Amino acid sequence: MEILSSAVSGTMESSDCMVSVSPGSGKIEIQIESIVLNQFGDELKKTIENTLKELDVSNVKISLFDRGALDLVIKSRIECAIERAKEKK
Amino acid sequence: MNKIVKSLEEALKLAGIKNGQTISFHHHLRNGDYVLNMTMDIIEKMGVNNLTVNASSIFDIQAETISNCINKKIITKLQCNYMSKQLGRKIVDGILECPVEFRTHGGRASDMQKGIIPVDIAIIASPTSDNMGNISGKYGISACGSLGYAFADATYAKKVIVVTDNLVPYPLTDYSIPEIYIDYVVKVDSIGDPSGIVSGTTQITRDPVGLIMAKTAANVIKGSGLLKDGFSFQTGAGGASLAAAKYLKEIMLKEKIQGSFGLGGITSYMVDMLKCGLFKTLFDVQCFDLGAVESIRLDPRHKEVSAMHYAGPYSKSAIVDSLDVVILGATEIDTNFNVNVHTDSNGCIIGGSGGHSDTAKGAKMSMIIAPLVRARLPIVSDEVACISTKGEDIDVLITQYGVAINKKNKELKEKLLDSNINIVDIQDLKKKAEEICGTPKPYKSSGRVVAKVFGRDGDVISTINALK
Amino acid sequence: MKIIRSMLFLPGNKPNILIHGDELLADAIIFDLEDSVSISEKDAARILVRNMIKDYRPISSEIIVRVNAIETEFFKKDLREIIPLKPFMIMPPKVSSKEMVNDIDAQISEIEKETNIEVGSTNLICLLETAKGIENAYEIATASKRVKALFLGGEDLTSDLECKRTKEGNEIDYARKRIVLAAKAASVFVYDTPFTDVNDDEGIIQDAKYAASLGFSGKSSIAPRHIPFINEVFSPTIEEIKYAYDVLNIIEEAKKKGQGVVALNGKMIDAPVVSRAKKVISMAESIGLNKNIINDSEGL
Repeated sequence: MEILSSAVSGTMESSDCMVSVSPGSGKIEIQIESIVLNQFGDELKKTIENTLKELDVSNVKISLFDRGALDLVIKSRIECAIERAKEKK
Repeated sequence: MNKIVKSLEEALKLAGIKNGQTISFHHHLRNGDYVLNMTMDIIEKMGVNNLTVNASSIFDIQAETISNCINKKIITKLQCNYMSKQLGRKIVDGILECPVEFRTHGGRASDMQKGIIPVDIAIIASPTSDNMGNISGKYGISACGSLGYAFADATYAKKVIVVTDNLVPYPLTDYSIPEIYIDYVVKVDSIGDPSGIVSGTTQITRDPVGLIMAKTAANVIKGSGLLKDGFSFQTGAGGASLAAAKYLKEIMLKEKIQGSFGLGGITSYMVDMLKCGLFKTLFDVQCFDLGAVESIRLDPRHKEVSAMHYAGPYSKSAIVDSLDVVILGATEIDTNFNVNVHTDSNGCIIGGSGGHSDTAKGAKMSMIIAPLVRARLPIVSDEVACISTKGEDIDVLITQYGVAINKKNKELKEKLLDSNINIVDIQDLKKKAEEICGTPKPYKSSGRVVAKVFGRDGDVISTINALK
Repeated sequence: MKIIRSMLFLPGNKPNILIHGDELLADAIIFDLEDSVSISEKDAARILVRNMIKDYRPISSEIIVRVNAIETEFFKKDLREIIPLKPFMIMPPKVSSKEMVNDIDAQISEIEKETNIEVGSTNLICLLETAKGIENAYEIATASKRVKALFLGGEDLTSDLECKRTKEGNEIDYARKRIVLAAKAASVFVYDTPFTDVNDDEGIIQDAKYAASLGFSGKSSIAPRHIPFINEVFSPTIEEIKYAYDVLNIIEEAKKKGQGVVALNGKMIDAPVVSRAKKVISMAESIGLNKNIINDSEGL
């Protein structure tokens, strides 16, 4: 799937996260900020990578601002941001 | 004889302040306190340094002054029972070379009594004082109610300076601490900001999960067999703990139970229970809201008590030794029921024991209320980052996913088995939490020791490390 | 079908509320994709709710999803995501006629076929919240086998009636009675609108009691703190359960002895009494009040 524009999904409320995506430069670039980085840093990265793979996205800049969201919430926000970024604005 | 001194600087001089001494403060003015900052500013101007500051608790309002004094080596050692997160963050960032000493409220008073932490000069913020230093927290614009934590400072410090903004003619008959301990009295414009000293009314939690846990806590108390005539009770002022008092009140009214005493930091909810006749008396070491301040001033059944009487481990007996039930909070708890109230999940200092360990040790049943997860963090783990209160003193953990009972309390488990309460193994709670959150990587900051936690018995039971 | 006394609305795009939804003691939780979600977040809520049902730990309350109205562009998208997850029920809003039910039915059947789900297995709880919907309550309830329950939406209804929603609820009184009558005539469940004052504990108890007295099967809420009150009002009392067990015991004994007519406490036990007793017991068991607890409460 191709990312054609920049898009955002999610909020900065507790247990939620905010995901921004924009067209990549030929690869996946991930940036993570999280209140649970010490405890779940590796998982967060894995979740992003797996979700992008499932959505067949391989060329994207993605940043995650995480406020302690569960895995399924992060996945949901990524999917929504990618969906929104599919269309050229 | 005249104890009135025209400035705090002069009083400090008369008290013989010099480098390397220990200065103590109480925290009854909480986040409205001006006196600690005022004193440290003067000490800075006087050029005194290398001091130990012993403050029963440290709030955000004092964080900037204290960290400034640390940077300038005016303060080189800190002792307290509780530290809120602004200074806590700086401490774990390593601004202070010598580790902070955390004690319990009872432990601090007893250690002063035994001379383990000698105090050279005690500064006692006093909402009302007469010219000879009979002081009270019940009157004046900065009224805070009980002065429970200041008794040890007044009694055991070598020199005692009263700082007041409400000087009244001799004698102040309804005093808390009598003139016999007081060396100097200083009048200042204001000792604190009333809005930071006490809150209007302490609000019961609106969090629906908190309310469910509170109701469960009340039912556990009912099922424990301790809820009968003569019952005694303490609860914290935080969220679900306070709500538990509301449900407990309903049960006591319905079953016509006449309790004996309510203890602790006192809120309007405990006052309300007193007014309903559910307790014969309230023992008050600290007032949390205006309702409590008014009650301690007007109602003779509402008694002020000192920290030694409240919880002193070396007192021949303390009130906590006669306490039936206490409800406490936790930032995390491990599968051996050890509780952390000092640090958050990332190792930052955000609190302290206060009376947590004291009451947990004394009470027949010590209950922890905590939601099973906060955001993505499980509350139950294999090992807490900092032990504030040992698991041997905790009987039961209340979560929204069930109630875990410490193995050591077999009797409680048997009593509750017959009730409708959902009893679960603490290991299962941990599993449940990890089912929701995933398994967190255990995190313990690994820098040098920046704080030591003393248990009630005087041993260091835990340490807190610098971040990185 | 599991007995539902209480239903709690949860806003579909709020993770911190959704993940704690089943901790709040409601028999059913309603993941809402409609009014509590802004137009610009419909896509986000749909994905989040889908993943909540699909990927979260087992959820202990029954799950109802309120989808967007049939005339919106979101309706079909909502159905496509939600139907394959087989929720307890789907709640279409603003249902006003049997034609609309038939249309919804057809669209669901189509999706069931596409996704290899047994056709007809998706159940509906129809939200009636217009004057026309109330007027057509019986034909709606009987329009499709999928319709298992009716649900009264008081807020939108009063706006359609061009009157003010009050705490006393006189303005919705006729609608309440009408919807109960229609539901009972059609043998489907019927649920009452939320009570609007979150802070009025006495008010919710009275409102729930009134709804129960009219014959509602249960009541919904937007406020978690109302749920325990609703559960209590719509549960049989210990006395009722004990009486129900007594009735069944005496019938059992009579059968053994070959007696035709039996009485309990001087009162004739006839067929309606027995059927009521069976209902009470199945309800008690469904909400976890078993025989032992009933016996333990002897001393109360």
